[in-house]
Amino acid sequence: MIKQKLVLIGNGMAGVRAIEEVLKINPNGFEITIFGMEPYPNYNRIQLSKVLQGGTSVSDITLNDWEWYDGNKIHFYPGETVTAINTNTQTVSTNKGRIESYDKLIIATGSNPFMLPLPGADKEGVKAFRNIKDCEEMIEYSKNHKKAAVIGGGLLGLEAARGLLNLGMEVDVIHIHNYLMERQLDRTAGKLLQAELEKQGMKFLLQKNTTEITGRKHVTGLKFSDGSRIKADLVVMAVGIKPNVALAQAAGIPVNRGILVNDYLETEIPNVYAVGECAEHRGIAYGLVAPLYQQGQVLAKRLCGIQAEGYQGSVLSTQLKVSGVDVFSAGKINEDEHTKVYKMYDDWNGVYKKVLIEGGKIAGAVLFGDTKDGNKLFDFIKKGARIEEYLESSESVNIEVNVVASMSDEELICGCNGVTKGNIVEAIKANGLTTVDQVKGCTNASRSCGGCKSLVSDLLACTLGEHYQADQKEAICGCTTLSRDEVLEEIREKGLTHIREVMNVLGWKTDGCSKCKPALNYYLGMIDPLKYQDEREARYVNERMHANIQKDGTYSVVPRMYGGVTTSDDLRKIADVADKYKVGMIKVTGGQRIDLLGVYKEDLPKIWGELDMPSGSAYSKGLRTVKTCVGENFCRFGTQDSIGMGIRLERKFEGLNTPHKVKMAVSACPRNCAESGIKDVGVVGVEGAWEMYVGGNGGTHLREADLLFKFKSGDELVEVIGAFLQYYRESAKYLERTSAWVERLGIDRIREILSDELMVREFNKRIDEALSVVQDPWKEAIHNKTLLRDLYQTVKI
Amino acid sequence: MEKTIRSVFIGEVCDLPEKLGKTVTIGKKEVAVFKMENGTITAIENRCPHKGGVLAEGILSGEYVFCPMHDWKISVKNGKVQAPDVGCVQTYPVQVKGDQVYVLIRE
Repeated sequence: MIKQKLVLIGNGMAGVRAIEEVLKINPNGFEITIFGMEPYPNYNRIQLSKVLQGGTSVSDITLNDWEWYDGNKIHFYPGETVTAINTNTQTVSTNKGRIESYDKLIIATGSNPFMLPLPGADKEGVKAFRNIKDCEEMIEYSKNHKKAAVIGGGLLGLEAARGLLNLGMEVDVIHIHNYLMERQLDRTAGKLLQAELEKQGMKFLLQKNTTEITGRKHVTGLKFSDGSRIKADLVVMAVGIKPNVALAQAAGIPVNRGILVNDYLETEIPNVYAVGECAEHRGIAYGLVAPLYQQGQVLAKRLCGIQAEGYQGSVLSTQLKVSGVDVFSAGKINEDEHTKVYKMYDDWNGVYKKVLIEGGKIAGAVLFGDTKDGNKLFDFIKKGARIEEYLESSESVNIEVNVVASMSDEELICGCNGVTKGNIVEAIKANGLTTVDQVKGCTNASRSCGGCKSLVSDLLACTLGEHYQADQKEAICGCTTLSRDEVLEEIREKGLTHIREVMNVLGWKTDGCSKCKPALNYYLGMIDPLKYQDEREARYVNERMHANIQKDGTYSVVPRMYGGVTTSDDLRKIADVADKYKVGMIKVTGGQRIDLLGVYKEDLPKIWGELDMPSGSAYSKGLRTVKTCVGENFCRFGTQDSIGMGIRLERKFEGLNTPHKVKMAVSACPRNCAESGIKDVGVVGVEGAWEMYVGGNGGTHLREADLLFKFKSGDELVEVIGAFLQYYRESAKYLERTSAWVERLGIDRIREILSDELMVREFNKRIDEALSVVQDPWKEAIHNKTLLRDLYQTVKI
Repeated sequence: MEKTIRSVFIGEVCDLPEKLGKTVTIGKKEVAVFKMENGTITAIENRCPHKGGVLAEGILSGEYVFCPMHDWKISVKNGKVQAPDVGCVQTYPVQVKGDQVYVLIRE
């Protein structure tokens, strides 16, 4: 079959998206040719402001790289402008003398910045903000010029202004209205935005009508209708865009403001289509990306001969993020006599929310400061939902799932690795993924900070529907299908004693990985602390070396200071060692000790020997430190000896292996200077008693600790802490912090178990057994020649 | 200039720790030498292509080492980074003569 020739004029987001859609439906249906004025592959114009702000290159915002064109066998002519269309002969000709015939032609010429026809608008230093070249010129400019003026306080103008600010220029934004972004925001939100941007250093001249750009050859300033003037050596016009219709008009294709198209993006000339900013549909030429993408889909179906509903126009939403300021708006934005309003204004936190209701239905919304409801509201507006539905959904516990469902495909789920909802859904469908870990392995989502895990889980739920079980059995890692509980049961039942044996007997699919090996090492040691031979090679580097590795491969050394109390002798030793080994930095840690940073691997044992202090376990999945406040001996508020209790706890539990790190604190009064509320185990002394808090976390997942018990006697406190730690050791998954573990089990259940004296005694028996084999790892290393050679010596040739 | 291959003696088989890496500095090059569970000895550049992590300190599982910085999985046999990450590290041929281990370096 002979392929039809499909020609696209304009290598921008709308046109290329239409081609992508065509390729999805019929990869081999067309011989495709693309002409683009700019010498780049298709890039994300929305992110141009990032290029302007510096630090982002064109390749970072590229949407379809060169390989995409090659891979899809597209004839691509970058930097070549189509100068004429002949609709009779069905050909286009270019500025390089090329003539190309077409069976179907897509015009996607986008729009041009609207340049105010002011006197002086042709002077040097007057720019638009539309493409990469504009950005490059402005960056160049900022190197020798100081004062910039941006005409236009809309979306584009503010993004340009922010970029120029980042380039070190002083920026005045001139706006004809009395508040910013009046097309997308109401007055309140506009004023909030202004205040925020002023804090960032932008200056605003509102209700100013520019009448002249002054200067001789080069711009020197602006003059306004009220007679006032400002100085400027760069003027950026960002008052709007107008559809680029010149080419179509010259070819006799009917245009109004934009190229006129019907619901199928067809112009009035056969075989000629228009899409994107240059097209006018039902009187509207859109300038935002979502409608353009919708048009692209409709157009692709039409080209491929698929019967489908035509384009019905779009409800618009705007989302703007200028360095940390979130604004969102959609649909109707200003009240009138037909509307009612649901409004929330939190002046203190700078959060504003307004939902407009017309006849009981949601007609529009403006959000400032907190825009996470934006997508949901936008969906409600599009389907004409009633306000009650929104209000109910805000209270519903399933809100998270809804949030994911209403996100657009382009929205980022994993900010660390730049993975969008679309990427994940596609991967789930294409590869039949069913677990969060599989999604992680396939797309990188949730691999870095893990903060988006719940979103990924929700997405799986959304995509797989009832086939997804969130509480499904979670395999230890990809090497096995067995869960933690199953593996532990097998180890106990079969009496397995080392990692290789576990992997062989339980049918591991691989030789293990960085997840299961440390986990198995922990479980085996926990089950039989007396007999198990710790397998160093299965431990993560920090725990193997008993020091914390740094990004450059050096280590840090943190000696133990029980309860954060030290002596002048110890400080002297630390100082001497730091000098002798030229450590890179001496830092006081958050856990009330001293950190020596930048130590070479070979020097570790020597430093430990000279310090002659115990290891601080700052690297371990185990007890780190017990932070203390000054306590009753010095503090005028102290009610208990917090330092004494802290030291006692630290001495008792040091060296203990736990599923994840354990931090403790003891404060002597409810002022809680040792921050017991965010520790795995936090103790607060009150008059005549100790309060025991558990499951606090001050890290990635901030969590306030739960009050577990209150004790009159310190001995009782220490005993229950021992039982708590052993219960955690025995029932938590490896790498599960107490915060997650407490939440999983529920504080009530933990309280119930630990209220049983017999259980407490049994737990203590087992933890004492585990503690009985603890040795100081630094002392062990410096006296063991094999360890020294295997772990710390390097070979130099 | 003509390139030559230099055979560098780095130690005896028993000097290398089992299932672990060893940092070997040869001139300006830093090489990670691994002794796998099955006794095979391999050598790769001691630098993860991601952010320069020291691979010699990674957890070795079968023929793969997991970078201690951000957990990239890299074959110590052919230097290939495993999916979903991409890239590769330089590998160096290893010769074992009797008990002696040599790394071949192209200079």
